[in-house]
Amino acid sequence: MIALKIQDLSKNFGSTEVLKKINVEIEEGNFLVLLGPSGCGKSTLLNIIAGLETIDEGEVFIDDYNVSKVEPKDRNIAMVFQSYALYPSMNVKENITFGLKQSKTPKDKIEEQLKKISSFLKVNELLNRKPSQLSGGQRQRVAIGRALVREPRIFLFDEPLSNLDAKLRVEMRREIKILHQKLKTTVVYVTHDQTEAMSLGTKIAIMNHGVIQQSDTPKNIYNKPQNVFVADFIGSPPMNLTEGKLTKEGNNFYFVPNEANETNKIPLKNYDFVKPINENNKEVLFGIRPEHIFHKKTNENDFEVKMKSELNEYIGHEQIVTFNYFNQEILGKFSSTIEMGTNKEVNLYFDLTQVSLFDKNTSQRI
Amino acid sequence: MSVNNTITSYKQLEERSKITNLLLRWFLYFILILFAFYFIFPLYVMIVTSFKTMEEIRQGTLLTWPSQLNFESWAVAWGGRGYGAGDTFLRPYFWNSIKMVVPAVIFSTFIGAMTGYVLTKWRFKGDRWIFLFLLFGCFIPFQAILLPMARTLGVLGISNSILGLVVVHSIYGIPFTTLFFRNYYVSIPDELIKAARIDGAGFFKIFFKILLPISAPIIVVTVIWQFTQIWNDFLFGATFSFGKAAPIQVALNNMVLSSTSVKEYNVDMASSIIAGFPTLIVYVLAGKYFIRGLTSGAVKG
Repeated sequence: MIALKIQDLSKNFGSTEVLKKINVEIEEGNFLVLLGPSGCGKSTLLNIIAGLETIDEGEVFIDDYNVSKVEPKDRNIAMVFQSYALYPSMNVKENITFGLKQSKTPKDKIEEQLKKISSFLKVNELLNRKPSQLSGGQRQRVAIGRALVREPRIFLFDEPLSNLDAKLRVEMRREIKILHQKLKTTVVYVTHDQTEAMSLGTKIAIMNHGVIQQSDTPKNIYNKPQNVFVADFIGSPPMNLTEGKLTKEGNNFYFVPNEANETNKIPLKNYDFVKPINENNKEVLFGIRPEHIFHKKTNENDFEVKMKSELNEYIGHEQIVTFNYFNQEILGKFSSTIEMGTNKEVNLYFDLTQVSLFDKNTSQRI
Repeated sequence: MSVNNTITSYKQLEERSKITNLLLRWFLYFILILFAFYFIFPLYVMIVTSFKTMEEIRQGTLLTWPSQLNFESWAVAWGGRGYGAGDTFLRPYFWNSIKMVVPAVIFSTFIGAMTGYVLTKWRFKGDRWIFLFLLFGCFIPFQAILLPMARTLGVLGISNSILGLVVVHSIYGIPFTTLFFRNYYVSIPDELIKAARIDGAGFFKIFFKILLPISAPIIVVTVIWQFTQIWNDFLFGATFSFGKAAPIQVALNNMVLSSTSVKEYNVDMASSIIAGFPTLIVYVLAGKYFIRGLTSGAVKG
């Protein structure tokens, strides 16, 4: 069953188009992450789903019902905010039960719900405290509790972890994942952090400039980016994009980097093209992730290259090495036990089963 | 330079900066004491004079302590001498002012809070313009609105009444109170209002249950500001009221300027202190919140 459907949705703030013809669907029980740089419209989209912003064009359906003109409180949703947005003058108990009181829920039902939620989230001890007396993680938990208590059809999370410190963020991320596994409620989650998106989402929609760039499983987003933006946005460091030409010899395609000659062409016989290419010498970007560059041959399809290392960044368990590849930068990621050195010619191997090709003019995957 | 040399020069520098700091500190205290004295001096003269008899004042000893504490001038200032016509004293006008200031402060503060709430949390098309026009109200000089306001009060049938003054001060205060509350509410995250809307709270519920309980600092600032403005106002009081409906500042003026024979400095001083006393009380009671309210803004959720 489709829990949430967004159809041809557009939104303007004055003359700026914030969202342009957005179409998304989520199956019930799924975890959709809206991922993108700040200002891409992801939070606006979430606010529209919640009913906190008006729609200029298009429709929002929850459980196949058009809720475009329904009040936030009647949409069967609950939301967790970045700043937690706990009511400062109320204690934890009042914060959690505020919504139930507004909907005139009977007192014993409220008590029962409160008990259930507070023991589930381990906030029993905190019920009489004010938000200002709570730590970041506790506030986050209370905010989630306030959302849970409404027993919503859809959970909306607006960058809920970005106010926490790094360690707590990882912890709370796990808790949200566990929560989703237990409750199996549909979730829409907004973040700009790709690790969060990858680890939490069953589906990720990457947004930029109000347009969904790619909406897919985390695996496909990572391995088969639809365009240059996605390739460059996901991964740390991001995918290497080398400029060059796509040449055709018989039925075989080769990639020749700019400034390289024919002898350095990379064979692409296993590459899965989106649609057949007829052009010769097409200008393309050759994409390979830093971790798909090896220091020794592991597979017969690996392609050997000679590159000069220029910079070595040591980060504990791994090292990121910058190479000069025909005067273009290529970054490789290796275990830190391997001796790479700087300003040294190194023999390296590209894993050609893991590469992506993009049209240089349209920036789309080919 | 060798290491040893460096150490001695550091020592010299430390010595020198110690002396400079000490001198600067003493200089600072000297200036501060001078200013404190300068500001407290008139108050001292007022208090001392109010307890003196007229004979003592006539001797010209402005600064000396009164030979004995004489409360008579205070009694006269507050309750008069007890003879009929022409005896002006502050008591009835003091209550006039109270009856004027309390509703006017409450009303203008409440309207300002509401307007500030709407202008920040329920944005609408053109809200910036409305705020701009309201701000404009802060810069209109009192004198400019005297005539139109007199006419309006006349039409409403509340000229020369305390109610009229309440209306004038409330309206005139709204731009200021709105400015205060708008600036305070702007710093409160909008997410708080969004969360409350999802929880099913409406316009008034959000205002009374969520925002007003965290507005204490700015309410204090606004109340002090409005109380001082309205209590100390002379122009509106003098223009829109006379006789029995006058507020205390007008009565004070009448007392001091229209005494028939001799100037009774002791009574004048006592009257002035009485007229200024309520604002003083408000500052003493709420002063620390005033500073806190002015400097703090953000409420961390």
